[in-house]
Amino acid sequence: MNFTRREMLALSAGAAGAVAFGFSTPAFASAEQTEKAIADFAGGKTPETGKIILTTPEIAENGNTVPVSVEVESAMSGDDLCESVMILADGNPNPDVCTFHFTEMSGSAVATTRMRLAKTQNVIAVAKMKDGSVFMDKKEVKVTIGGCGG
Amino acid sequence: MASKPRIKLPKKAAAGEVITIKTLISHEMESGQRKDKEGNTIPRQIINKFTCAFEGATVFECDLDPAISANPFFEFTAKVDKSGTFKFTWVDDDGSVYETEQAIEVA
Repeated sequence: MNFTRREMLALSAGAAGAVAFGFSTPAFASAEQTEKAIADFAGGKTPETGKIILTTPEIAENGNTVPVSVEVESAMSGDDLCESVMILADGNPNPDVCTFHFTEMSGSAVATTRMRLAKTQNVIAVAKMKDGSVFMDKKEVKVTIGGCGG
Repeated sequence: MASKPRIKLPKKAAAGEVITIKTLISHEMESGQRKDKEGNTIPRQIINKFTCAFEGATVFECDLDPAISANPFFEFTAKVDKSGTFKFTWVDDDGSVYETEQAIEVA
């Protein structure tokens, strides 16, 4: 296919416009949505700090793949068992990222995955233990290029 | 949509050892937020559930939301007491299930 210089310019301008449009359209999650998700997960308990360590890069150059790790201090047997960990991103169109479920056979409550971040925001990890206690950790990630749409 | 899951886990382990397992599957993880050229929303299609089981018992599970990157990667641990087979399952939004297995020898 051959394009004239004029057509080419029009096409690239259109593409740039589409990118800008893509960034502006997603409705971002409100703080309320995030708090509701935490409350639903915690089942009425107030999350405490400690026991859970969330690891994220301070600056993510590409919001499409941001590594995220959680580690929960737990013996993984009896009552001292971390049942699940929920990851939330409060600035994404939908705050849910994923929920890990561990069992006694996991051996440790450690997991890593990669997530998308639309913009600079807080990433929150909430751990639920078998005895009902809930722990939380929060990290801010600065995102250079967003990973939603566009 | 998805193909060739890749698993990395040690071939041999000592009884009671906690091993690290890494998994990767290629999948677009279409978030449902993107628009095509005409401005229509591209429908969501993601893997929404990942499970790892050892000899029928669940070791690790994850519920995925659209905020998980394309080609979902997981790293987690498992405690092995005996030789056996790990079974990995990914469930797609469209109902397809991708499965793979890998054996481990426990000395």
